[in-house]
Amino acid sequence: MADPMRIRAQAAGDKTTVRVLMGHEMETGQRKDSSGKLIPAWYIQQVTAQLNGKTVMTAQWGPAVSKNPFLQFVVKGGKAGDKVTVMWEDNKGDKRSDDATVS
Amino acid sequence: MKRLLITSILMAAAAGVSAQKTTAEGIAEYRRMIADGNPAELFEAKGEELWKQKRGPKNASLEQCDLGQGPGKVKGAFVQLPRFFADTGKVQDLESRLLTCMQTLQGFDAAAIAKTPFGRDEQKNIESLVAYISGESRGMRFSLPQGHSEEKTMYEVGKRAFFYRGGPYDFSCASCHGEDGKRIRLQDLPNLTGNPGDGVGFAAWPAYRVGNGQLWGMQRRLNDCFRQQRFPYPGYASEVTIALGVYMGVNAKGAESIAPGLKR
Repeated sequence: MADPMRIRAQAAGDKTTVRVLMGHEMETGQRKDSSGKLIPAWYIQQVTAQLNGKTVMTAQWGPAVSKNPFLQFVVKGGKAGDKVTVMWEDNKGDKRSDDATVS
Repeated sequence: MKRLLITSILMAAAAGVSAQKTTAEGIAEYRRMIADGNPAELFEAKGEELWKQKRGPKNASLEQCDLGQGPGKVKGAFVQLPRFFADTGKVQDLESRLLTCMQTLQGFDAAAIAKTPFGRDEQKNIESLVAYISGESRGMRFSLPQGHSEEKTMYEVGKRAFFYRGGPYDFSCASCHGEDGKRIRLQDLPNLTGNPGDGVGFAAWPAYRVGNGQLWGMQRRLNDCFRQQRFPYPGYASEVTIALGVYMGVNAKGAESIAPGLKR
């Protein structure tokens, strides 16, 4: 099981800013280990964000995204107490989903 | 028309000045941008979990570990380390103290962990633990105790080690960190013979390095400094690294700790 994400969501006016920190190796598949063998690619492919269960953003990621990625986005609407859910799925099929409450 | 020309020249000059942003400002701006998303937080969360988790041959947690403020007290411990510990009869820094706790409380073999290469097995866990423990003292100011004679001795030893020149390049720590305003390439170097300021030098480690995605504790930082000087590795939790920690920590008295910090 992957490590939990750190999600913060803050409402200001009619917008909510969501900041997400994900713990992931994001291996490109281009690097070699000390014995010269290729390290297999392992990265997040699909990111989905939901506000109160309604999908507000989807993203397709590739190996160019850094290790332990940081994602920030702004959603229209949203108020204190709303639930933000962020999910990702990597190329090995591993999934992670975490919630946060808008403050 | 003439006035317009002068204005545009002035504007061009102003733009030229602002374009010459120093690296320090560039890094500071970068830090501000990523301040909400320092991946060291992921290590902190993991470290807190590891601190409370029952592990090792004795299946115990580290919650009874005494970091100098009494068993289990984590808050404020980091800004007073390295310090003298009566139970071991030694001055210890955070990482050597963790080794002691892991051995006495959890039953791990401290010597074996010290020999483990950085970033593997238990060394990897120590990275998270130092992130958590240092993070609990975020915003506090360094105030290393110097009351015990051992602590004073370690300060003097650290000072000697800091100025000791040797190796194929005839380097000492002081070659790079002994004066204000020095740099390597575009990287500004803190003057560690005094207090370089809040969140600089000793007060900025442990830190997450964005370039390689690793969290480095002070032990790894110091061992790598020796590598850069072309010295042999002094070894994990070795006395000279702790002495240097005492020297830098005492010099940094009053500096605010921002650890776990963020490095390029």
